[in-house]
Amino acid sequence: MLSETQIHRYARQIVMPEVGGRGQEKLLAGKVLLVGAGGLGSPVSIYLAAAGVGTLGIMDGDTVSLSNLQRQIIHSTDDIGRPKTASAKEKLNGINPDVTVITYTEYATTENLPQIIPQYDVVIDCCDNIATRYLVNDAAVLAGKPFIYGSILRFEGQTAVFYPPAGPCYRCLFPEAPPPGAVPSCQEAGVLGVVPGLIGMIQATEAIKLLLGVGEPLVGRLLLYHALTMDVVKVAVSRNKQCAVCGEAPTITSLAAENYELPDYCTA
Amino acid sequence: MQPKKTLDITADFCPITFVKTKLALEEMAAGEILEVILAGKVAVQNVPRSVEHDGHKVHALSEQPGGIFRLLIEKDGGRSRPDQTDY
Repeated sequence: MLSETQIHRYARQIVMPEVGGRGQEKLLAGKVLLVGAGGLGSPVSIYLAAAGVGTLGIMDGDTVSLSNLQRQIIHSTDDIGRPKTASAKEKLNGINPDVTVITYTEYATTENLPQIIPQYDVVIDCCDNIATRYLVNDAAVLAGKPFIYGSILRFEGQTAVFYPPAGPCYRCLFPEAPPPGAVPSCQEAGVLGVVPGLIGMIQATEAIKLLLGVGEPLVGRLLLYHALTMDVVKVAVSRNKQCAVCGEAPTITSLAAENYELPDYCTA
Repeated sequence: MQPKKTLDITADFCPITFVKTKLALEEMAAGEILEVILAGKVAVQNVPRSVEHDGHKVHALSEQPGGIFRLLIEKDGGRSRPDQTDY
């Protein structure tokens, strides 16, 4: 049963037929894991907390630095040097005390993900490197959880919901990781702060839709966004029968560290 | 027409008036009657309209002494919820 305070807090979404009291209870019972508390994790966590998603897991081993603040809007100048998880938890508790924030002040690894992911309903990709993205994708596929992908660079972003067998996984689209160093990171290439804001808000929207069971999630569709032209394009993406993790004869059946070129800071 | 349940929203303001009515209806079975006690011009205008928009049937809206209104709503379970998917 919703409390009097909850009825007031969530009134604007409870009134919608697609949500209602039942939907709000689904959100409050929902458990969402965010891998990363940076540019994508900021808007994702803020909106999910405000909507009353009852449990948010936030995984990040990094601390807040000055150059983060241009886009990582959950962190403040006073937070520089603090763990991103602690900074995020404090803000989210302030936004909505209904939400339980569980922090993992560590990077995603082959050891911790198989322990953590099964405890959640939805996993959201808020990370900043391709190796971690493959790792989280594979862990989500093996655990049977929907994985809401998001990535950004310069003025561009893309997002999709990877949820086999309903649609492809990240590895169906991109079977092999590019060689280390082939793709510039945000650190080298730059990023406009609003781009992760916009992609993160789409990821949060998809998470809410999945928890409510309404609408058409971005399963089998990849959304591409370009800020300079303001083009928003959706392209159909299909499953790959030969996919190493979700295909007919998968070769990845558990997470092995040698399969992932994780950045030094993840394995250190 | 015997109400299954009575809800007093005389102390509430829009949109909480409708939100509480909607939440009460969600807990009831199709065909059951909800009696709502409400006050104020805005609530009297909005609550019956929103309830009908949600697919329920308004049977009566009658003014009582002291500016209080009594609204009788039949929960209509025949209308399926929109946009449900299997995900």
